[in-house]
Amino acid sequence: MLRYVIRRCLMMIPTLLAISFIVFVIIQLPEGDYLDSMVAEMQARGERVPVEQLEFLRAQYGLDQPFFQRYLTWISNILFRFDFGYSFAYDRPVLEIIGDRFWLTAILALGTVLFTWVVSFPIAIYSAVYKYSIGDHILTFIGFLGLATPNFLLALILLYLSQIYFGTEIGTIMAEQYIGEPMSWAKFFSILSHMWVAVVVIGTAGTAGMIRRIRANLLDELQKPYVVTARAKGLPPGKALVKYPLRLALNPFISDIGNLLPDLISGSVLVAFVLSLPTNGPILVNALLAQDMYLAGAIVMLEASLVVVGVLISDLALAALDPRIRLEGGLRR
Amino acid sequence: MRGKRYVDPEPFDTSEERPLTPEQERYYTASQWQLVWWRFRRHRLAVISFWFLLILYASTLVSEFLAPYALDSRNANFVHAPPQRVHLFHEGQFVGPFVYGYRFTLDLQRMQRIYVVDETDVQPLRFFCRGDGYRFWGLVEGDLHLVCPAEGGTFFLWGTDRLGRCMLSRIIYGARISLTIGLLGVAVSFVLGVTLGGIAGYFGGLIDSAIQRVIEIIRSFPVIPLWMALSAALPVTWDAIWVYFGITIILGLVDWPGLARAVRGRILAMREEDFTQAAVLMGARPARVIGRHMVPSFASHLIASVTLAIPSMILGETALSFLGLGLRPPITSWGVLLTEAQNINAVALYPWLMLPVVPVILVVLAFNFVGDGLRDAADPYG
Repeated sequence: MLRYVIRRCLMMIPTLLAISFIVFVIIQLPEGDYLDSMVAEMQARGERVPVEQLEFLRAQYGLDQPFFQRYLTWISNILFRFDFGYSFAYDRPVLEIIGDRFWLTAILALGTVLFTWVVSFPIAIYSAVYKYSIGDHILTFIGFLGLATPNFLLALILLYLSQIYFGTEIGTIMAEQYIGEPMSWAKFFSILSHMWVAVVVIGTAGTAGMIRRIRANLLDELQKPYVVTARAKGLPPGKALVKYPLRLALNPFISDIGNLLPDLISGSVLVAFVLSLPTNGPILVNALLAQDMYLAGAIVMLEASLVVVGVLISDLALAALDPRIRLEGGLRR
Repeated sequence: MRGKRYVDPEPFDTSEERPLTPEQERYYTASQWQLVWWRFRRHRLAVISFWFLLILYASTLVSEFLAPYALDSRNANFVHAPPQRVHLFHEGQFVGPFVYGYRFTLDLQRMQRIYVVDETDVQPLRFFCRGDGYRFWGLVEGDLHLVCPAEGGTFFLWGTDRLGRCMLSRIIYGARISLTIGLLGVAVSFVLGVTLGGIAGYFGGLIDSAIQRVIEIIRSFPVIPLWMALSAALPVTWDAIWVYFGITIILGLVDWPGLARAVRGRILAMREEDFTQAAVLMGARPARVIGRHMVPSFASHLIASVTLAIPSMILGETALSFLGLGLRPPITSWGVLLTEAQNINAVALYPWLMLPVVPVILVVLAFNFVGDGLRDAADPYG
């Protein structure tokens, strides 16, 4: 097991490096740098351009160096000093802007995964056990709608309905007294109790997909001879379901996080923007619109890392649960 | 009795014992694609969705004719006008399809126009009529419309936006962009996915692991932030049509790994089959072995997964444009139309600004149903 854990953790390093490289390429893609557009804007307003300050900033961020050197500076700043660069639009270090919001993003993702599990578990079992019953058909159809309805449009519709019927906005994620406070348990629970709307909106698609997969898995298991044998020998139906087939069918709960997490996080960006949640989503949109690329790059980097770490955790959990995987050393994704 | 044979000298015909019914004969001699089509037809919802999509795509060919107004014709007197209902009877008398005209007053406190339906002002609709001028596909001048408002009247079936432009017409024009961007994006991702997945599966070894790593890395990016970042990097100076192609390429560039994995898996399994070995032994080049011998045997699966990929592309474009990072006016897609709905206060006052959501959801649902039906039908021998 230990060997597997170590190998799996080591494999994460090249992935993260490659991701960081792609992110840096994206940061560098727009023509000119932020300073250029700042100068253009200042000139347009007829202000004096502070040449010395510009030169200082340029040297500080190595904007005059060749590409690879800039990448090395950027990545080593992140690795050794946890410095993600400087947001020119906010005039503050990137980390200060996204630090607190990053935790909210992570909590939101975690909450959505939990929601997906809690909802899909009973529904999937019901659908599989009562296959082709009316209930199964209705649930399958609702699941299909959930799978196909784009979540940010759902958010838009919910926002509109709440505006009309309640006259309030649903885009709050914690009680007001906690805004700007440091993270604490009280704040954490306040967030949990407020963010359910966002969680439901982001989670629908993933839940529907999860239900379909677990239902299919469980149906496969239920047809196998050992279940028939168990039933024939008089094992009560409940036990014949829970004891073996269900355990085997549950693998996607863990292994699917690798597929689920990227979708959740990318969906949460849009939903957070629509509902104006204080996560990284709205910041990312505005940073991209303003071409504040260091800030945008840091957010994309962090969200991709969140996915990588999440997949790592799910792989390790899967290996702990399923000896087939850790013994073969293979990765299931 | 020497020489007497107990074997009947007549030629043996297998079908003599149990002759095939015409239906069975038709079934056994049908080609693979015929079988796929028959199987697909059993999925009622998928067939309805298929025709729905076909009609929508056909409508994009003649958007100019179907839309009652031109794309950008402003009706300065009817800003944010609510949808008009089509009536048939006026005071108990049959008049044919018509709408009642609007009178409006200004509410100076809320700075808002209040429209009142004027039940004396009957405006019969005209059909196959001359209306707003347009350039058909940007080439031929024309002014023929399927339906137009009465002379001097208005016809806003789905209301107007903040410049008094007809929402229905704009949604009809928007379909042209929104629907095609999915197809083009999928084309890009299809070429990349089949090529790279094919190479990985066919050659295996080092190439395979390299491509696998790339796929893994791209898949660990959350798609939408990556799309957003890439499209934000498109130069601002590009004109609309270049942005359109830029966005399609970005959509395809991020989306191919899923398809590549599927192709790789299939080809890996098929590499050991006899017909592949035969083709290789007869000296076929890899491109021919993959393209001529392997791909056709899982083409139906490919089509199913491509169909399921289109809605995510359409949604991607809608999301990007909605955020202001994708297409920009004057190009009009459903996402561009939805940017007007970003301001929730405006939506609360003028809910018809949200109407572009309806075609998006319908199209995405329809593609999902068709894709699901195709996936079930893809293996007709199973």
